[in-house]
Amino acid sequence: MNLRISRSDFIIALAPLIAFLLALVAGGGILLVLGKNPIEAYGVMLDGAFGNEASLFRTLTRATPLLIIAVGICIAFRAGVINIGAEGQLFVGAISAAGFSIYAGAQLPPILLVPLTLLVGMIAGALWGAVPGFLKARFDVNEILSTVMMNEIAVQLLLFLLSGPMIDPEQLAQGTRVPQSAQLPEASWLARLAPPSQLHTGLFIGLAAAVVVYLLLWRTTTGFRIRAVGQNRDASRYAGISVPRYLMLGLVLSGALAGLAGAVEVTGITHRVVEGFAVGYGFSGIVVALFGRLHPLGAVPSAFLFGALLVGADKMQRTMQVPSATITVLQGLVVIFVVSSDFWVRRYTARRQARVATNMPITPEVTPATPSEVSA
Amino acid sequence: MVATLPSGHKRIDCAEMRGVSKRFPGVLANQNVDFDVKAGEIHALLGENGAGKSTLMKVLYGLYRPEEGQILLDGQPVTFHSPADALARGIGMIHQHFMLVPSLTVAENVALGMKPKRGIQLDLEEVRAKVRQLSALYGLKVNPDAYIWQLSVGEQQRVEIIKALYRGGALVILDEPTAVLTPQEVKELFVTLRTMSEQGHALIFITHKLGEVRELSTRITVMRDGRVVNTTPNQDVDRRKLARMMVGRDVLFQPDRPPINAGAVRLTVQDLHAKNDQGLPCLQGVNLDVRSGEIVGIAGVSGNGQREFAETIAGLRSAVSGVVLLDGKPILREAVSSRLKAGLAYVPEERMKHGIIGSFSVAENAILQDPDDYARGTFFNFRAISRHADQLIRSFNIKTPGSGAAAKNLSGGNIQKLILARELSRKPAVLIAAQPTRGVDISATEYIHHVLIDQRSAGVAIVLISEDLDEILALSDRIAVMYEGCIVGVLNREDADVETLGLMMAGVTDHVN
Ligand SMILES: Nc1ncnc2c1ncn2[C@@H]1O[C@H](COP(=O)(O)OP(=O)(O)O)[C@@H](O)[C@H]1O
Ligand SMILES: [Mg+2]
Repeated sequence: MNLRISRSDFIIALAPLIAFLLALVAGGGILLVLGKNPIEAYGVMLDGAFGNEASLFRTLTRATPLLIIAVGICIAFRAGVINIGAEGQLFVGAISAAGFSIYAGAQLPPILLVPLTLLVGMIAGALWGAVPGFLKARFDVNEILSTVMMNEIAVQLLLFLLSGPMIDPEQLAQGTRVPQSAQLPEASWLARLAPPSQLHTGLFIGLAAAVVVYLLLWRTTTGFRIRAVGQNRDASRYAGISVPRYLMLGLVLSGALAGLAGAVEVTGITHRVVEGFAVGYGFSGIVVALFGRLHPLGAVPSAFLFGALLVGADKMQRTMQVPSATITVLQGLVVIFVVSSDFWVRRYTARRQARVATNMPITPEVTPATPSEVSA
Repeated sequence: MVATLPSGHKRIDCAEMRGVSKRFPGVLANQNVDFDVKAGEIHALLGENGAGKSTLMKVLYGLYRPEEGQILLDGQPVTFHSPADALARGIGMIHQHFMLVPSLTVAENVALGMKPKRGIQLDLEEVRAKVRQLSALYGLKVNPDAYIWQLSVGEQQRVEIIKALYRGGALVILDEPTAVLTPQEVKELFVTLRTMSEQGHALIFITHKLGEVRELSTRITVMRDGRVVNTTPNQDVDRRKLARMMVGRDVLFQPDRPPINAGAVRLTVQDLHAKNDQGLPCLQGVNLDVRSGEIVGIAGVSGNGQREFAETIAGLRSAVSGVVLLDGKPILREAVSSRLKAGLAYVPEERMKHGIIGSFSVAENAILQDPDDYARGTFFNFRAISRHADQLIRSFNIKTPGSGAAAKNLSGGNIQKLILARELSRKPAVLIAAQPTRGVDISATEYIHHVLIDQRSAGVAIVLISEDLDEILALSDRIAVMYEGCIVGVLNREDADVETLGLMMAGVTDHVN
């Protein structure tokens, strides 16, 4: 079921990669304007991302949260809901996991502490996704708006907790009042795989999440219903599927994974939540998911590529002395190119389908006005 | 006779195709086809799906280049490299799927793709005036300033016709124009087409519906498997002969019905009230009993509550009041899924939108309602799924490259067979079939009728909702007529004829009862 790959599917799968390369070409133009040699700059970038073991580990470390978020985004998209709220879901996941491990860490045996901390993060993210999910299912509130608003709430909540209830006691003692949490007990830290690099076992959690979600979506009845609702709500309703329930489930699971990403980042890397923690990860995760063609397994190479882009660009910025905004611009270009490649692919497949349905070439400037029944 | 048309363009007295062959990878879509059409004529091109009708017309319209053969206009050989060439010579085509931009107005759509006459700016005012003039001349009611998205399908089709006329269509090809129309819209279209032919246009009308051909055309060309079977004047043939030419064998219009063997009442509807999408009452106290082993046809002009009736029973529309019993159990408060489990099956009217998930495979669509039955725990048993799908494909003769093919790529008739196969594989107690053969070709229609009769023999209680009176009369044991949200009368098959039903459908019930 859905496993066969045709030549045109292959082209479609390659489209994001082509878009990525075109974005780099466009970025090269900007580097030229800045008076930098783009070839040299990209050379530095490549070296920064893959040049040696340390940089490769950095890339993998950076890819880990992106992968987990992207896998969750895939679920939401497959259910036909657009989750822009991964950012906020990640924040509440991270802060809840941190809170749990700081306050309950001492009472729990280490063997339970790590899984429970991660679970708490997941649940928090799931709840943060459940709110827009419920609003969508019950009142048909546009999930793009509600998830964005939930992001704002999460940011403020995070700031409030870090500067008040959860502030690091040491910051209070020293009177510096930097908004950050206390450090998590060491028992809740994820194991490092290759010290001194930061690479940690969260990478395996990400890979496992990708496989599990793939199995969920394509091998289980629940995933089948999620995809059915995502593809045709009317027909799903006619077939007796509870559409609101699966719309909500899509956002809840998506939120759970974003929350997990937050928990993994805090237990794997930072060991405390600081202001500005993981900012932008949620949005990058969406791009990673799109780049991976909204397929959980596609998210694996996609997250790796984006991890490399971020790490490499960092190195480039430091070595080539380009303004740090250049990196943001480069990422923005990738987003624009990838998202528009998605648009082109959709046009292309729509046309291909129209051609199959009507057996005719379609003139470029017009689109069929009615989604009328195919009766031929 | 004058050589110009009311639209101001030159007429085409005779268009001729000689020995046209067109090949696609793996199929010979047209094989040495001769075809001609004359001014003032409505020439019907009849054939089952895949017979090669659209292909032949796309050759005439310059979309395809034939491998062999030639086209002659008024005796002159012509070569078209693109539709633009054909348009320049007065040939227009209205496709099965309309080519309109929803966000533009009627006038803007008509103007689209036309070269401005003066300067760069297209004079929209002039286009508007011309649209008004054409709509008056040909009786095509259209407001030039309406946006396409505001128009019904029938109105959009009128826009397409005006577009073709505006661009000088002396010969207009209509590819299955009635497939998407309601019966009322079909009537209006036919009036327009007759006007056009009287004005001297040459018309080619593609269809697979025999009734329409008989009603409208002057000449008929039947195609089968890429070849012309015959071209004859309308009055020289009858439905039976046409059907035989189309399908290549005798077609049963009246399926063999074993004598009725009705059993217990399986579906009871009492005083059912419901509202339509606008929130107005549309079912106003419907009462109906359907017994095991009988087919109850519901006749009526569309919009009298038939659709809402089916939806309310299926659980897709909430009832205001009333009782619906399935095998004695009340189901009106149940969710769709529990009604399905209780033994209800539903073949919805809009099969592409409601009956299948187009992007899902045939196999996935085959298990849409009961995926749990093909899973161990929560994990699918793919072998069971494909066994089930293959069995449906085989026993219902569904033409598909395989169970993995996307459902939307099947033809309408095969999609309908897939839906029917799926519904019946659940061994329902009650089947509600809404417009089961609308837009479906003759052999698939024949097959679907045969299946319904079989299910009747197997003891299923069947509600057949159809606007096609011939279909209702051919299949039903009893016929209920719906008018303004009520069932105004129920006739036994023996007592029903088209006249009586027609009157009842118009709300005249004095002579009944
Ligand atoms: N563009 C195409 N590419 C390949 N095969 C085609 C194409 N168009 C039509 N065919 C095939 O040619 C045959 C005739 O198709 P068509 O002319 O659309 O039939 P009709 O209009 O009579 O239903 C069918 O077998 C169809 O599958
Ligand atoms: Mg056709």
